[in-house]
Amino acid sequence: MIVVRNLGKTYHTPSGPFVALNGVNLEIERGDIYGIIGFSGAGKSTLVRCLNRLEEPDEGTVAIGNTDITSLNEKQLRLARRKIGMIFQQFNLFDGKTVFQNVAFPLKAAGRDKAYIRRRVAEVLEMVQLSDKEKAYPSQLSGGQKQRVGIARALANEPEVLLCDEATSALDPQTTYSILELLQSINRRLGLTVVLITHELEVLQHICNNVAVIERGTIVETGTVDRFFLNPKSDTARRFVNIVEQYRQKRQLVEGVGAGI
Amino acid sequence: MRDDLIDLLWEGLRQTLYMLIWSSLFAILLGMLLGVTLVATEKGGVLENRPIHKTISLIINGVRSLPFIILIVLLIPVARWVVGTSLGPTAAIVSLSIGAAPFLGRIVETALKEVVPGKIEAARSFGASPPAILFRVLLPEALPALVRSLTIAVIAITELTAVAGAIGAGGLGSLAIRFGYQRFREDIMIATVVVIIALVQTLQWSGDAIAKSIERRRYKAK
Repeated sequence: MIVVRNLGKTYHTPSGPFVALNGVNLEIERGDIYGIIGFSGAGKSTLVRCLNRLEEPDEGTVAIGNTDITSLNEKQLRLARRKIGMIFQQFNLFDGKTVFQNVAFPLKAAGRDKAYIRRRVAEVLEMVQLSDKEKAYPSQLSGGQKQRVGIARALANEPEVLLCDEATSALDPQTTYSILELLQSINRRLGLTVVLITHELEVLQHICNNVAVIERGTIVETGTVDRFFLNPKSDTARRFVNIVEQYRQKRQLVEGVGAGI
Repeated sequence: MRDDLIDLLWEGLRQTLYMLIWSSLFAILLGMLLGVTLVATEKGGVLENRPIHKTISLIINGVRSLPFIILIVLLIPVARWVVGTSLGPTAAIVSLSIGAAPFLGRIVETALKEVVPGKIEAARSFGASPPAILFRVLLPEALPALVRSLTIAVIAITELTAVAGAIGAGGLGSLAIRFGYQRFREDIMIATVVVIIALVQTLQWSGDAIAKSIERRRYKAK
């Protein structure tokens, strides 16, 4: 579904060039939930933004379905983007618009008529269980509800791919869990391909099937999530898994002491 | 107090409001055009175009660095060309609109830049066109800030109408100079000042009220 070949991106900063991505290769199957994990500054955000060209890659190609995203002109890119939904860490809802108007925005941008918009907005709001909030403004919603609106808005144009940029990083663990559940159910129901970038292991563990580990702009490891936890190979993966491992050992120790008394 | 006071004041207020309303309208339209263009064409903007951005920016800075009283004199031929005369309130509207537009352009630019970049990024990610992003995301999201900034600008234009009045545009400013100062009519001077203060207060209150009502709708729980 998504094929990334030799993707590169360098930022030219006042303090010299900064290589954000270097020779990135990825293959993501249709209907998969694919995690991209890495520490801050590893290039995750740049990578996901290169997939829909919110950031222009300097080299390499991105193909989504049968479309070579990197070769499209502005107008073709706008059309292609309708089939690539995206949700954000800070939700990025429009504060001046109601929930209904937020979800209607991508549909209006796609030139849909009023009757269709009415119907489709009701449909996606139902999907994220926010039908009763149509007339509310984002400021009147909780973080979890805001992200649900974000998801509804991203799904409005019936995309084939959903890009999630740290979609749960601003949420508490309980809400994170409910959003992940929602993403999983949407993935199953619609057969949507989901790409998640994250620095949270829970996200991988809860819903991802496959994972890529990114380190200093390069993919250092790919494989199933199970293999990631059982046999981490790269430095980054080991550091992530080690944190979990240390806590597991600590807990065993505490429990062991408890049992001994 | 003499009995011509009310008549003079009324005539002055009428002329001032006439200049204020029309020049604010034209200046806001021009200012919006300049401000939106500046934001659209800046680096990373939805219609990035450095030469256009730089040119507009230069023109704005140029016009803004001229004292208004000199600008009016410079614009006399323009006023004559547009409205057929270089005297009176109608001629002043031309100078006031052109004189205030660059200031409004900067004010609009500042208000638009307050909008969180993530919202624009989101709109781009849905395949929205640049005009849709400018007019359906950027302007509505900046609306409360815009209303507040425009209030400041309209009050600044009120001030400019008085300056224009001093050199032949009529209105309250001209009243204060011609009668209050040159003919030693203290009653007119004081009355004019009171009316101008009342006018500015009303403008400020109205602007605040509009901005607040927008914000209340958007940000307060029902």
